[in-house]
Amino acid sequence: MPNLQDIRRRVRSVKNLQKITKAMKMVSAAKLRRAQERVTSARPYAQTMMRMLGRLAARAGDYQHPLLEVRDSDQHYVIALVTSDKGLAGAFNTNLIKAAQTFMRENSDKTFEMVTIGRKGRDFFRRRTEVINEYTDVPKLAVTHAGAAEIAHELMEKYTAEDSTVDRVFIIYNEFKSVLSQQVVIKQLLPISAEAFASEGDKAETEDQIDYIYEQPAAEILGTLLPRYVETQVFYALLESIASNHAAQMTAMDSASKNAGDVIDSLTLNMNRVRQASITREIIEVVSGAQALNG
Amino acid sequence: MIHLEVVTPERKVFEADVDSVEVPGFDGELGILPGHTELVSKLKPAGLLTYHIGDEKGEMVISDGFVEVSPKRVTVLADRANRPEDLDLTSALAKKAEAEKLYQKAMSDSELDIKEVMAGLDRANLEAQLAENNK
Repeated sequence: MPNLQDIRRRVRSVKNLQKITKAMKMVSAAKLRRAQERVTSARPYAQTMMRMLGRLAARAGDYQHPLLEVRDSDQHYVIALVTSDKGLAGAFNTNLIKAAQTFMRENSDKTFEMVTIGRKGRDFFRRRTEVINEYTDVPKLAVTHAGAAEIAHELMEKYTAEDSTVDRVFIIYNEFKSVLSQQVVIKQLLPISAEAFASEGDKAETEDQIDYIYEQPAAEILGTLLPRYVETQVFYALLESIASNHAAQMTAMDSASKNAGDVIDSLTLNMNRVRQASITREIIEVVSGAQALNG
Repeated sequence: MIHLEVVTPERKVFEADVDSVEVPGFDGELGILPGHTELVSKLKPAGLLTYHIGDEKGEMVISDGFVEVSPKRVTVLADRANRPEDLDLTSALAKKAEAEKLYQKAMSDSELDIKEVMAGLDRANLEAQLAENNK
C-alpha cells in the first residue's frame, strides 16, 4: 500500500506544477492580446500597399522587374520557415515542421535550401536539409519592420543574384485563425505573382475610374514598391506567427493546468482512501485488543 | 476637409480630417488641399510633413515611402513616422550627434553609403528640431 506521506508529497508537487502552468497561461494570454493588436495595426499599411500595387501593375503594363520574373526552370526552391524559439506550445512547431516535410516530399525532384527563422525549425532541419541561414529570437526580429526587412532582403538577393539558380522562394508560417486554431500557410514569396494584387487593382478600378498622376514614372514607383511588398509579406508572416505562437501556448498551458487538476483530484481520492483504510485498521486493532482482554 | 492617414509598417501613426497638408515628395514639396487630383509620389528619405486644422498646425518627421492622394484622402505610407510626442529630446540629440559622427566618417570611408548617411543625418536633425520645438 502506498504511504500516505508519499501521496501528500506528490499532490504538493503537482500543485506547484499547476501554479506554473497557470501563470504561463496568463502570461501568454497577455502577450497574445498585444500580438493581435500588432497584427491589426499592421493591416492598413499592407492594404494600402496592395491597392497601390494593383493600380500600378495595371498601369505599368508589361513592366519587367527581377522580382516579377518567372524562371524557365523549376528546380531550385528556397523555403523560409517561421517557427518559434521555445516549445511548450502544443503542436505549434510540429505542425509547421510536418508541413514543410510534406511539401518537400511532394516536390522531391527539386533541390531545397532553407532559411530558418526560430530555434525549433533550425534544430530540426539543421542535419536534414541545407540550411543557408538562420535567424533566432523571432519576437525581437519583429519589433520593428527593419528585422523582417533584413530577412526579406536576404531572400531577394538570393533570388536576384546574377548567378542565382533559385527558381522560387516560399515562406511557411502559422496563420492566426483564432485562439483555438492556427493554420499552416505555405505561400510563394518570389517571384511575385502579379495576379495576387491585380485582382485588388481591378476592384479599385471599378470603384473610381480616375487614374493617378505619377510624380515619378510608374515603373520607377513600382520598382521601389515591389521590394517593400516582399518585406511587408515577411513582416506580416512574423507577426501572424507570433500571435499564433502565443495562442498555441495559451491553449497548451490551459489544458496542462486542467490535466494537473485531474491528477490532483485522483491523487486526493487515493490519499483519502488510504487514510480511511488505516483508520479502519486501527479501530479493528483496538476493538479486537479490547475483546481479547475481556474474553 | 481632407482625410489624412499616416501609416508605417508597424502601426497607424496618425489619422484625422485636416484642412491642408504639405508632404515632402521625392521631387519637391507637395501642398495638398481638398479636391486635389489623384496622385502618387515617392517620399523624400527624410522630410517634414505639416498639416493644418483650422489655426492649429501639426508636424511629423517621415522618411521613405509613398504618398497616395485622392480628392478626399491623403494616405502616407512611410517607413518611419514620428510625431513630436513620440520623440524625446535627449535621445533625439544623442541620435543627432551619432548621425553627425557617422557623416564625418562617411566623408573619408567609401564603404558607407553617403546618400543613406546623409538621409540619416537629415532625419536626426529634423527629429531633434521637432523635439526641441515641442519641449
